Amino acid sequence: MSVLVYVEQVDGKFKKSVFEAVSYAKAIADKQGGGLTAISIGNVDESELKALGKYGASKVLNVSNDQLKNFVNQAYASIIAEAAKKENADVVVLSNSFSGKGLAPRVAVKLKAGLVDGAVELPQLDGGKFLVKKTAFSGKAFAITELTSAVKIIALNPNAFGVKESAVDAAVEAFNPEVKATDLTAIVKEIVRATNKVSLPDAELVVSAGRGLKGPENWGMIEELADLLGAATACSKPVSDADWRPHSEHVGQTGIAISPNLYIAIGISGAIQHLAGVSSSKVIVVINKDPEAPFFKVADYGIVGDAFEVVPKLIEALKAHKG
Amino acid sequence: MKILVCISNVPDTTTKITFTNDNTQFNTAGVQFIVNPYDEIALSRAIELCESGKGTVTVINVGESQTEPTIRKALAIGADDAVRINATPRDAYFTAYQIAEYAKTTEFDMILCGRESIDYNGSQVAAMIGEFLDIPSISIIKKLDYDGTTATIDREIEGGKEVVSVTGRFIASCAEGTAEPKIPNMRGIMSARTKPLVVVEAKEIEQVAKVQQFETPPPRGAVKLVPAEETAKLIDLLHQEAKVI
Repeated sequence: MSVLVYVEQVDGKFKKSVFEAVSYAKAIADKQGGGLTAISIGNVDESELKALGKYGASKVLNVSNDQLKNFVNQAYASIIAEAAKKENADVVVLSNSFSGKGLAPRVAVKLKAGLVDGAVELPQLDGGKFLVKKTAFSGKAFAITELTSAVKIIALNPNAFGVKESAVDAAVEAFNPEVKATDLTAIVKEIVRATNKVSLPDAELVVSAGRGLKGPENWGMIEELADLLGAATACSKPVSDADWRPHSEHVGQTGIAISPNLYIAIGISGAIQHLAGVSSSKVIVVINKDPEAPFFKVADYGIVGDAFEVVPKLIEALKAHKG
Repeated sequence: MKILVCISNVPDTTTKITFTNDNTQFNTAGVQFIVNPYDEIALSRAIELCESGKGTVTVINVGESQTEPTIRKALAIGADDAVRINATPRDAYFTAYQIAEYAKTTEFDMILCGRESIDYNGSQVAAMIGEFLDIPSISIIKKLDYDGTTATIDREIEGGKEVVSVTGRFIASCAEGTAEPKIPNMRGIMSARTKPLVVVEAKEIEQVAKVQQFETPPPRGAVKLVPAEETAKLIDLLHQEAKVI
């Protein structure tokens, strides 16, 4: 009995969401009384791999192969499944990232395993059952799902569990499973990534704005506020539909669902479809000039006021706060 | 060219979600069902790729007879024909298996579906079908071009995109950006009634996941309002009280 966690590298480095997945997997391994192994694919330095011990991985399988430097969904899924078999893992944990969403279902079919993605809590292991709570109905509800297969797969939502340290020594072991040519047919041609911006799906702080901003030319103050906070920027559906902002920033029922520690909504009224995507945020701040805006009903803090007056004051106050 | 598009029958986005039977079942009373919005994007892109006689689009749904109005809506949008696999889609593994088994019996160049359904939010079915059929799967795409043999696809990644090239059959799950959702016109609605809708029976497969209970999120406390002229106080509250900055 053991737990396997897939650690997704970006340019040879691990992000916070990976440490979170390792911490989560470690807590499951402790509950079950088994060990925890991490599997890394791509070219990652030994020191970076060893650092996973800080979150509880006692063993790290390292697949270092130039053919696999970039993400290849099929090949990566095959390797994770092979690693699970080698380690006799009965639980496999991944981050519910964009790549994780592509991998977990394929690993599940390979291992004839049930999969819960969007997990928000540790599994409950009561009376021999294996129950995992996940978000459903785009954040309007949770579903407690039982996995009845021998092997269980969990894709953990970012910011759901937090990073927890439990220092152990990580032994790094080279792992070189055979890669089938048919697993390598989808080829990455180009990667475009903004390095100066906080990525939205796993951001801890998010500043979001809506139609109340009146036009794309007014986003300067939103970006300044986000930069000062170290936050990602987001928007409502009408804003991305009007092409004021890219679709990747649209949060809500038909965009993406997020669960940051802080969500600041500026000039967004709070339609049910928007609330669905942000309702699991830990703290919600709403700034809107309409005191009747439905968003205030689900907010923790609010300011009734004009965004064009309030936001510059917030920026000033934040600068003063940071000294 | 032939494109298969998987569609899911889901509650309308404005639905207030409630449960019955001791929170074990979704309460469908008074709920309007629609084509899953992401699947509509996939369908719209498939129709664009097949325009002016370049190919045909078949929609596939796993569901019982009550999903037929949703299937007819997809036909009204512009699909050429439809297949309903007669079963309750009890989990993603089951649904993906049924679609993959059907796909094995027919010709196709690509399979498209939405990035996830807005009810169970699994984003599992596409990649599972890919695995069952042993073809490449590209999850959560925002652009798809096809030259008849090779597809060039923008896949969403955290903070950007990855451009992926794939030759031969594949499956992709579509997000916003892939296409503008098409709205059915009168001619579409009229012709949808007579387009072929084939019903096939499901195959048995072991169950691996089952929803035991639903919960609704706990209500939040009352909002704490900060007067607009005291904006700076909000920063103090977020720092000292909420401890998030």
